[in-house]
Amino acid sequence: MSGAGALGRVRAGGRRRLVVVVGMLALLLGVIAVLALMLGDRVVAPQDVLAAALGQGSGGDRFVVLGLRAPRLALSLVVGACFGLAGAVFQGLLGNPLASPDIIGISQGASAAAVTAVLLFGASGLAVSGAAFAGALIAAALILLLAGRVGRSGAVGSGGAAGSRFVLIGIALAFLAQALIGYLLTRADVRDAQGALLWLVGSIGTVQLPQLVVTAVAAGLLAVLLALLAPRLRMLQLGDEAATALGVRVTPARLLLLLVAVAFAAVATGAAGPVAFVAFVSAPIARRLVGGLGPALVASALVGAAVVAGADVLAQHAVAGLQVPVGIVTGIVGAPILLTLLARGNRTRGAA
Amino acid sequence: MTRAAPAAASARLIGQRRPARVLGLVALLLGVVVAALLSLLLGSRSIDLGTVLGILTGGGPAGAGTGTGAGAASTEQMVVLDLRVPRTIIGLVAGAALGLAGALMQGLTRNPLADPGLLGVNSGASLAVVIAISVFGVTSPVGYIWFAFAGAAAAAVVVYAVASGRTGPTPLSLTLAGAAVTAVLTSLITLVLLRDLDTLSQYRFWSVGSLVGRDASTVLPLVPFLVIGAVLALVLGRGLNGLALGDDVARGLGQRVGLTRVVAGVAIILLCGSATSLAGPLVFVGLVVPHLARRMIGTDYRWILAYSAPLGAMLLVLADTVGRLIAQPAELEAGIVVALIGAPVLIVLVRRDRAVTR
Repeated sequence: MSGAGALGRVRAGGRRRLVVVVGMLALLLGVIAVLALMLGDRVVAPQDVLAAALGQGSGGDRFVVLGLRAPRLALSLVVGACFGLAGAVFQGLLGNPLASPDIIGISQGASAAAVTAVLLFGASGLAVSGAAFAGALIAAALILLLAGRVGRSGAVGSGGAAGSRFVLIGIALAFLAQALIGYLLTRADVRDAQGALLWLVGSIGTVQLPQLVVTAVAAGLLAVLLALLAPRLRMLQLGDEAATALGVRVTPARLLLLLVAVAFAAVATGAAGPVAFVAFVSAPIARRLVGGLGPALVASALVGAAVVAGADVLAQHAVAGLQVPVGIVTGIVGAPILLTLLARGNRTRGAA
Repeated sequence: MTRAAPAAASARLIGQRRPARVLGLVALLLGVVVAALLSLLLGSRSIDLGTVLGILTGGGPAGAGTGTGAGAASTEQMVVLDLRVPRTIIGLVAGAALGLAGALMQGLTRNPLADPGLLGVNSGASLAVVIAISVFGVTSPVGYIWFAFAGAAAAAVVVYAVASGRTGPTPLSLTLAGAAVTAVLTSLITLVLLRDLDTLSQYRFWSVGSLVGRDASTVLPLVPFLVIGAVLALVLGRGLNGLALGDDVARGLGQRVGLTRVVAGVAIILLCGSATSLAGPLVFVGLVVPHLARRMIGTDYRWILAYSAPLGAMLLVLADTVGRLIAQPAELEAGIVVALIGAPVLIVLVRRDRAVTR
C-alpha cells in the first residue's frame, strides 16, 4: 500500500518536473523566436514583432518579420527538433552515447551525396537537399542491410554488443563516405570546394518557401509516427526480454524506430546540412533536465530546436557584419556549453 | 568447485595458445616485410626485386650489368631511394603508431567504437596545420610536422583535463569531452577555410592523409616520441585488461587505475600525434586495426597491442601501394585507400563476429 503510494508520488513528481522543464524550454524558445524576429539590419521592436505576427503593423515590418525572418526561424526550429529527436531515438535504441547520426554514417552519407551533387553535377538549392536526403536514406539502408539478420534478436542493435555491431558498420560507412568527400574536395576547383564546405558545416541561409513546407510537413508526419511508437521505445529500453514480456515484438519495433530516426536525420540534414553536435547532445541534455530513464522525446525535440534556433541567431548577429554558418556556432559556442551542462548532470547522477 | 580448478584450466588454455600467438606475431612481422617490399617494388614504374635489393644494399643497381643504361639505373635509384623508401618508412611508422594508439584508446574508453581521433588529436593537429598555412605561410608537409604535433598534444591535453574534472576521467566523460573539443576545433578550421581560399587549397590535400612529399629524415626528430609511446603502450596491456573489468574490479586486483589512464593518455598523444603529423589525419587505421587484432587473438590487451602495431604498419603501407596502382597515371592518397580497404574489412569482421568483442 504505502509502497504503491510512494511510487505514485514519485511518478507525480516526475510528471510535474517534466511539465516544468517543458514549460521552461518553451519559454526559452519564445525568447529566441522574438530575438530572431527582432534583430537584423532593420531592428523591429518586440511589440511591433507581435503586431506584425498578428498581421498588423507597418508593411515594412510585416515584410521583414514574416517574409524574411519567420521562414528562417521556422526552418531552424524544425531542423533542430528533427536532430534532437533523431539523436534521442538512436541513443535510446542503441544504448551507446556515440550513436548519433553524426557518428554512424547517416550524416556522412548525406554529405557525400550532397557534395557529389554540388561538385560533379553543379547542383544547388533544393536539388542538393534532395541529394542529401537520398544519401542519408541510402546510407541507412546499407547499414541495415550489412548489419543484417534482422530476424535475430538484437541484430538491428540494442544495448551492448549487438548495438555496437550496427554502430560499427555505420562508422565504417562513414569513413568510406568521408574518403569520397576527401577525394572530391581535392579534385575539384578550390572555389567549388569552398562552396561544398559551406554546405558540409551546416547552414540555414535564405530559406525558400517550398523547402520549408516540405521539411515541416515531413517532420510533422514523422513526429506523429514517433508518438505512436514512443511507448515501445520506452519498453525496449528496459531490455529485450522485458520488452518481449510486455508484449512488444522487438525486432519490428526496433526496425521501425530506427527508420523513423533515420528519416528525422535525413529531413534535417537535407534542409540544413549536417549541423554539428545537435543530434549528439540534445537527448542527453533533455534526459538530465527531465530526470528518469525514459527517452525524453518532447524535451529532446525542444532542446534541439532551442540549440539550432539560438545558434542561428548568434550566427547572424553575434558579430556585426559577419554572418557565419549555423554549424560553426553550434560547434564553437554550443559544444562547450552543452558539455558543461552534461558534466553538471553527471555529477548529480553519478557515473552514467 | 574450488577456485583453483578454473584458474588452472585457464592457465592450461593460455599455455596452449601461447605458441600459436607467437607464431601469429611472427607471421604478421613477415607480412610487414612483404608489404614494405611491395611498396618498394610497385608503382607507376615497377622495379624488380633484384634491382631494388641492389640499390638498397650497395647503392649501385644490380641491373647495371644486364644492359640497363646508366641513366635508367640512376632513375630507378632515385625512385627507390628518394620516393619509395621515405613513404614506406613513414607508412610503417605511422601505421604501427596508429594501430597501437587505437588499441590504447579502445581500452582506455572501454568503447570498441573509439578511435584515437576522439581524444581531439586529429582536430588539434588539423587546426595547427591550418594556422601554419594561413598565418605562417608554411607550404610543405615537412613544415607542418611540428605544428601538427603541438596541436595534437595541446588538444589531447585539453580533452583529458576537461574530462578529468575533479574525479578523474571516465570512459563517458572522455568520449564527450573529445567530441566537444573536436566540434569546437573543426568549426574553427571551417571558419578559416571558408574565408581563405589559399589555405583551403593547401589544407585539403593534407587533410585526406597522404605519405607523399615527406623526406625519410622527417621521421628522425619524432623517433624519441614514437619509441617512448610504443614502450608505454606495450607495458600497458595488463592495466588495460584490468580497466576492461571495470574500475572497481581493477582496483580490487591491486591495479592503479588512475595511473593506467594517465599513462595510456600520454602514450596515445605521443603515438597518434607523431603519426598524424607525419601522414595527416588517418584515424581509420586506429579504429580498424584493433578490431582485426581482437578477431585474431581475443580480448587480452597485451596481445591486442602486440598485434596492432604490425597490422597497422601493414595496412597503411599496403594502402599507399594500392593507391599508386589503381588510379594510374594519377595516385589516390593513402588516407582514401585506407578507407576503401579498411571499411569493407571492418564490415566483414563485424558481420562474422557474433560473440562480439569488447
